[in-house]
Amino acid sequence: MKHLVTTSERTSPRELTVTRDFDAPARLIFAAWSRPELLRRWWVPKSFPITLLSCEADVRTGGTYRFEFGHPASDQPMAFFGRYLEVIPDQRIVWTNDENPPGSVTTLTLEEAAGRTRLVLRDLYPSAEALDEAIASGSTAGYDEQFVQLDALLADG
Amino acid sequence: MVHYDSPSIDSTFAALADPTRRGVLERLGRADASITELAVAFRMTLTGMKKHIGVLEGAGLVATAKVGRVRTCTLGAARLQDEAAWLERYRQAWADRFDVLDDVVEELKQAERNQSPQE
Repeated sequence: MKHLVTTSERTSPRELTVTRDFDAPARLIFAAWSRPELLRRWWVPKSFPITLLSCEADVRTGGTYRFEFGHPASDQPMAFFGRYLEVIPDQRIVWTNDENPPGSVTTLTLEEAAGRTRLVLRDLYPSAEALDEAIASGSTAGYDEQFVQLDALLADG
Repeated sequence: MVHYDSPSIDSTFAALADPTRRGVLERLGRADASITELAVAFRMTLTGMKKHIGVLEGAGLVATAKVGRVRTCTLGAARLQDEAAWLERYRQAWADRFDVLDDVVEELKQAERNQSPQE
């Protein structure tokens, strides 16, 4: 079964899973995830009213990353940061999301067959309650509604 | 047709502000339970748990139904709708990212083809 569109699911009480197929070899997708100059080109979703201020990523086992985002109406940039627990080039990247304790661990896997690659991203929380709270507050790894809410407030004001 | 009043934002926040109530929602997310079972699981009196359930019911996060002498609690429409709406926003954010990732990867493919042109 092909996932030509992005699907997401709460696959367990404490895990969110996102899946998408790409018509490309795994090494090119890995390159786009591991080279900061490429990562910064696609990491900000079009629908988000934010700018990527800085993007540092040392994508190796034991390396760290830090992304900072800004919004025109906010003095305070928003930061996402963490460590890479495991990196197997072209196959797997596992990283922590430390900006909102207790945080979560995200595992990205790339499986290639016949020149096409399935990307699966799993975001694992320490407990179902931790994931519930993250959803309720709008702050989960890879998706934070903070600036979206700020934008909505500005629009109403 | 059942009509659910939309709960005010204040009542939802008040409902979620308490850790026991968040724990009850987590538990009901796995399986329905009677108020008695919840009282035992969270080590409180029946009266105490009824108060918590009342707050959650007022916010539309829990629904209860009495069959005989047992009152069973389930996740309410507001809770399920909130989470479903959130999951769709989450999915859309990733979908938007992956659309641009697709473009970047296509560029990389093109660059490789240009470097080593094959028949």
